[in-house]
Amino acid sequence: MKIKETATIISQECLCEGVYSMWLATSIAKKAQAGQFVSVYSNSDARLLPRPISICEIAGAGDGADTKIPGRIRLVYRTVGEGTREFSRMSAGDKLEILGPNGNGFLPALREEIRPGTKALLIGGGIGIPPMVGLAAQLGCDVTIVAGYRTGKEMFLTEELERYGKLYISTDDGSAGTKGCVIDAIEEAGLNADVIFSCGPRPMLRGVKDFSLSRSIPSYVSMEERMACGVGACLGCVCSAEDVDDHSKVKNKRVCVDGPVFEVSEVVL
Amino acid sequence: MNTSVVIAGVKLKNPVMTASGTFGSGMEYSEFVDLNRLGAVVTKGVSLTPWEGNPTPRIAEVYGGMLNAIGLQNPGIDTFIKRDLEFLKNCDTTVIVNVCGKTMEEYIGVVERLADTDVDMLEINVSCPNVKEGAIAFGQNPEALAKITKALKEKAKQPIIMKLSPNVTDIALMAKICEDNGADAVSLINTITGMKIDINRRSFVLANRTGGMSGPAVKPVAVRMVYQAAQAVSIPVIGMGGIVTAEDALEFIMAGATAVAVGCANFTDPYATVKVIEGIEKYMTDNNVEDVKELTGCVR
Ligand SMILES: Cc1cc2nc3c(=O)[nH]c(=O)nc-3n(C[C@H](O)[C@H](O)[C@H](O)COP(=O)(O)OP(=O)(O)OC[C@H]3O[C@@H](n4cnc5c(N)ncnc54)[C@H](O)[C@@H]3O)c2cc1C
Ligand SMILES: Cc1cc2nc3c(=O)[nH]c(=O)nc-3n(C[C@H](O)[C@H](O)[C@H](O)COP(=O)(O)O)c2cc1C
Ligand code: FES
Repeated sequence: MKIKETATIISQECLCEGVYSMWLATSIAKKAQAGQFVSVYSNSDARLLPRPISICEIAGAGDGADTKIPGRIRLVYRTVGEGTREFSRMSAGDKLEILGPNGNGFLPALREEIRPGTKALLIGGGIGIPPMVGLAAQLGCDVTIVAGYRTGKEMFLTEELERYGKLYISTDDGSAGTKGCVIDAIEEAGLNADVIFSCGPRPMLRGVKDFSLSRSIPSYVSMEERMACGVGACLGCVCSAEDVDDHSKVKNKRVCVDGPVFEVSEVVL
Repeated sequence: MNTSVVIAGVKLKNPVMTASGTFGSGMEYSEFVDLNRLGAVVTKGVSLTPWEGNPTPRIAEVYGGMLNAIGLQNPGIDTFIKRDLEFLKNCDTTVIVNVCGKTMEEYIGVVERLADTDVDMLEINVSCPNVKEGAIAFGQNPEALAKITKALKEKAKQPIIMKLSPNVTDIALMAKICEDNGADAVSLINTITGMKIDINRRSFVLANRTGGMSGPAVKPVAVRMVYQAAQAVSIPVIGMGGIVTAEDALEFIMAGATAVAVGCANFTDPYATVKVIEGIEKYMTDNNVEDVKELTGCVR
């Protein structure tokens, strides 16, 4: 069941240039799963549409000191426009309207694939990294993480990720970890996996799809698309599907409710 | 207090309905809203066969509004009847199905398929790109509008509401054409054609280049057009375009709308429809209005 409510900001900090982290007190925390997202509303009447932001961590589900207090979720976001800039100017005690938890999350996939010894490879690129923290916390198997950043100066969430598994890093300019993309880091380290989870920009997801299919590794990607309703009603957020979708009856799937997580061979990247 | 209104013999428990395409068939929003509270649920446009719609991005936010270029993606009438109408059967509200098509034959096909369902009314979206008339919508050409209104009125078992495009020079004329050709009501406004450019990428924000604008920023235009249409015809007018609050809805009602629809305000607040209904009730109590019909067209 989704809810819309006024959440209270517990803390807000800048993780690196343009990337912010916000802990929110909300009853959505009780129902949320890794890979789901919340719709965050602006306080300005000029901005009608909610901003979809992935749930980075869910309190009660992680090992960090911050994550012990139940009833809280963490959002980590990059300021790209007016909406996210507005959120970044808010501070502890301020109120924010949110709706969620939205989308399927990684859980449906988890039930099928994961046993204690399963080797899971988590791949995050840029602002696609945040949901990987919550996922790593919920997996409870052998976790390896690959995180791709633009540069070594703009890295975030590395400490959190290291709590749950070995972390490999790639940067576009080579200033930290492997120079190049996440796939370069995977190949350099010779990583293998029983299952892959990824979230990041489209070109990265394409690379992950090719890598997974070439090795026949079950693989789940988290997709992004412009949204209006965020609840499955407006058909604004569709992505192209390989086959006719059962709900839409055309080759389109709704990212906001059928996703954002899809089995990699279901979607056209 | 009486909030009910009647359109073409169909009674709505209150004058507030959902605007087509912004509420699906109510399924998704039923998690938030008690659909039984609504005057009517107007469904997403449905065509004879499944439509893919446009490529993405389909959505762009603009100041005080939004652009959409969904391209009328829908699962087609067969799935719609089996799934969406089946769901709506269990709701105690008036059901209005929004009909779209690329040719006259497609519109007629949908209307005929709906003939033996218990749908209360049909809303004909004449803003679809019309392949036969060179991608000009039926709703933008007086002769085409006359022809399609007449043809659908002949075939339809339920009352028909013609949904008018605001992208015309003379809205009063278009409303009159619908009335003269047998329409039971008109609804307006559909979205206003707009465009947004991403100056960093130097390209269009929407894959379709243009999109339909809606939201609070279009309200003054919509109120003006509803007023002009209501002055021109004696059939009921359903008003929409930027309604967020009860005050917005009351503007439309006073301009001559028998009922109103709430569109993209649902995206900002899934409870918007019910808040508008409650706000109208409060206005009526505060101002000693016994019957909402006293307000309809009270500003001349
Ligand atoms: C399922 C999902 C999860 C996401 N998770 C995160 C996250 O954890 N952290 C994070 O920083 N970002 C995330 N994003 C992207 C985030 O939604 C956008 O960066 C944000 O909406 C931009 O808003 P703005 O007002 O700052 O930008 P503007 O460009 O001013 O926004 C204008 C409009 O475009 C939309 N928009 C702009 N960029 C995007 C985008 N990339 N994706 C979807 N809509 C966009 C906005 O929502 C708004 O409606 C996610 C997107 C999706 C779809
Ligand atoms: C995402 C979206 C989809 C829409 N789909 C339809 C549709 O299928 N048929 C139709 O007649 N109008 C459609 N409309 C137009 C609305 O029903 C309404 O006329 C318009 O949005 C103005 O109202 P608003 O400002 O309250 O949104 C759509 C509008 C939006 C925003
Ligand atoms: S955002 Fe409306 S259907 Fe996904």
